[in-house]
Amino acid sequence: MIEFLGKIDRRVIYLVIGVVVALPLITRSKMPIRVSEEVTKPFVYIDSILPPGSVILISIDYDAASEPELTPMFRAVLTHAFMRGHKVIYMGHWALGLPLAQKDLEEIAHKMGKTYGVDYVNLGYRPGFVTVMLAMGKELRDIYSSDYQGIPIDSIPMMRNIHNYDQIDLIVGFEAGSTGEFWIQYVGARFNKKMFFGTTGVVAPDLYPYYASGQIIGLIGGLKGAAEYETVINLPARGVFGMPAQSFAHVAILIFIIIGNISYILRKRKER
Amino acid sequence: MKREVPLVITFITGILLVFAFFIPHSPFGDLQQRFQIWYSIVAGFTFLLGLDSLVKHHLKKVQHKRSGWGYSVALLISFFTTLVLGFYSWVVFSSPYDLRAPFQWLYTSVILPLQATMFALLAFFIASAAYRAFQARNLAATLLLVSAGIVMLGRVPVGKQIWPGLPVISDWIMNYPQMAAKRGILMGTYLGAIAMSLRIILGMERTYLT
Repeated sequence: MIEFLGKIDRRVIYLVIGVVVALPLITRSKMPIRVSEEVTKPFVYIDSILPPGSVILISIDYDAASEPELTPMFRAVLTHAFMRGHKVIYMGHWALGLPLAQKDLEEIAHKMGKTYGVDYVNLGYRPGFVTVMLAMGKELRDIYSSDYQGIPIDSIPMMRNIHNYDQIDLIVGFEAGSTGEFWIQYVGARFNKKMFFGTTGVVAPDLYPYYASGQIIGLIGGLKGAAEYETVINLPARGVFGMPAQSFAHVAILIFIIIGNISYILRKRKER
Repeated sequence: MKREVPLVITFITGILLVFAFFIPHSPFGDLQQRFQIWYSIVAGFTFLLGLDSLVKHHLKKVQHKRSGWGYSVALLISFFTTLVLGFYSWVVFSSPYDLRAPFQWLYTSVILPLQATMFALLAFFIASAAYRAFQARNLAATLLLVSAGIVMLGRVPVGKQIWPGLPVISDWIMNYPQMAAKRGILMGTYLGAIAMSLRIILGMERTYLT
């Protein structure tokens, strides 16, 4: 018995994880979602505090590896921003992340009848993220003289009166690494901008101290955060439908940990 | 001179950047940005050096048919295909990231699934590793194990269904013990970074010269 509990074949573990993740995703089952305070605050800020027509800067700081966690929250926040009539500046510091979310941007904008250059603009990627962050505080055109397609910024109607952070009302970063901390340290601290972040589950604990100190207004952590945002805007999508898979995967991992520990305790007792 | 000149450059640059951070006005205000631009240019050249070294290394491997040379062929084909499609998309569509560009297709159909697959494999490895290694060997390990279990369950909807108190305890763990530990780590890290920066600026730490 002890032998069996302590030596479960890794292929069995892989199979169990594969099944508990795949089945709920295939059946698209749902679970009730509890919305936390750190997700409610950004929702309220976009929904009620910002007047319609405010400018929101969205920074895509992730790539394909974090896509399943971050794209659902990006889609939810973007949809909400468009629903409230805000204008969106899309940019990013991860070169491989921009084209990933660009498809979602185009799809959502098209679905909501938004016009490029009037309701949203895609500035694209520029190397050297600290340089970009600092330069945007002075004159955005020093770094972005044109958009991602090479269209001069001044010929884009939405951008004519936007020169630096003074004309940007909110910064939202979707973060798979430490770029969010640079946003806080270089832009939040120096230019006193309101900002919040959507992060992977792994990155969220790094940003909790900034949330607790009030340096960021909210924190959407992991797929659960995405599910919460989808719940508050009442548009369940990948986040909500991903929750059962994540729940069962966590339970399965915990069961394996418990089995491993029972085996360990029994083995220790036997040795004594 | 070989040692003194870099030390003087490092000292002046370090001091100027400290001034630039605290005095965001002329003539210091623009310095930080200017230095960052220089850094980006230098970093761009390091990419070129890296690419040159990578291609040469794998070309030699293929030429001498060393062990695993097949992987080098795959790497070279992938590298040049990406490069050619990137430049082609840039010329024809003005941007490699244009939704109609072949580079975008390559990105969506190859790079994206490969990256996602690599990351998705972690779930399986984490489960297997947690089963084998996450054991209550002593009090500290037991505390970590119990906290991790509560947070894992409390952060997902099933936790509330098992017991409504789980998300509450999970939030408490995240907001107090986790936050305190994280702040301690952050303070320690940044104090260490300040100390190391001062050592480099003052020329006490010279290992970067070797």
